[in-house]
Amino acid sequence: MDRLDLSGLFFHFLILWFLAIGGPSTIFPDIHRYLVEAHGLLTNVQFAELYTLAQVAPGPNAMYVTLIGWHLAGWKGVAATTIPLLVPAVTLTLLVGHLNERYPNARFGRVIRRGLMPITIGLVFASATILMRTVNHDWRGYLITLFTVAVVLRQPWNPLWLFGVGALAGIVGFV
Amino acid sequence: MKQTDSEKPGVSRLALFLSFSRISLSSFGGAIFWARRELIDRQRWLTEREFVELFTLGQLLPGPNVLNLTVMIGHRFAGWTGALAAVAGFLGWPCLVVIGMGILYQHYGALPQVQQMLTGMSSVAAGLLLATVIKLAMVLPRSWWPWLFGALAFVGVGIMRWPLLWVMSALGPLAVFAAWKEQD
Repeated sequence: MDRLDLSGLFFHFLILWFLAIGGPSTIFPDIHRYLVEAHGLLTNVQFAELYTLAQVAPGPNAMYVTLIGWHLAGWKGVAATTIPLLVPAVTLTLLVGHLNERYPNARFGRVIRRGLMPITIGLVFASATILMRTVNHDWRGYLITLFTVAVVLRQPWNPLWLFGVGALAGIVGFV
Repeated sequence: MKQTDSEKPGVSRLALFLSFSRISLSSFGGAIFWARRELIDRQRWLTEREFVELFTLGQLLPGPNVLNLTVMIGHRFAGWTGALAAVAGFLGWPCLVVIGMGILYQHYGALPQVQQMLTGMSSVAAGLLLATVIKLAMVLPRSWWPWLFGALAFVGVGIMRWPLLWVMSALGPLAVFAAWKEQD
């Protein structure tokens, strides 16, 4: 395990959030690579557990970075992982919002979005496979994952119910 | 009360803070549904069309989509400090909740029952990500290039474990170029 370098963490997260077009799930694989593989600050399982815990909290699902920050270094860690999340939102959003009011019909926005969409899909798929490999030890874990997919694609249920089912399956020793 | 696109209702910083607190605290598994309900139906600050435009813009920009929407709406109604008030409402409470979870995790995270519970929940979290991928893939244009870029991004980041910055710098411009060529 490396010594925790908070400023390194801050700058890495800052770069990542500028790349997070398509939402927080796109940078999940690189956050995992940085914290677990490159620096050994968390184990595979700790990473998966902290991510999952934050998914049952209210608010945007990006808050797992705040939880990881807290786990690593308390309030300083929260600052190092959460402030970078705000920087693109505040700077780029206001800039582009301004440009958009001026040039409402610019079509490059649509082209950028259409072009990057497939990359987003590839990255979210990478996130799903990393999480599955970590937590699903055998077919029973995969069964819960597939059950979740089937429900989400058919029913407009609140995901909290599904997390409840998963928690119950864990407690009774199914996984 | 029906409002046109041009008039902006006067909105105080406190109202922004409270509204975005309400959106944040009621949004489990996706804030967009609650944002629409609060901003269009309850407060009538935005029309349906304005909301869709701002949300689309938020999706184009990096970071959590609804956070980008929060910044734009706060800024639109009450300037810089309005944006700050809205963001404080939207992120402040979830921050405190996850820190509370962090404290519990440090105390009880190692208990076998908690471990089992979290394992089951993580399998669900993976399923949610997978379902997102499937939903997104269903609206991809029917041509070969999106699948190629999707596959390259997956292999580069998910299998080779190359840094995202390299992969995005290489693939991003090419993918946007492909989308641009196809449009003409």
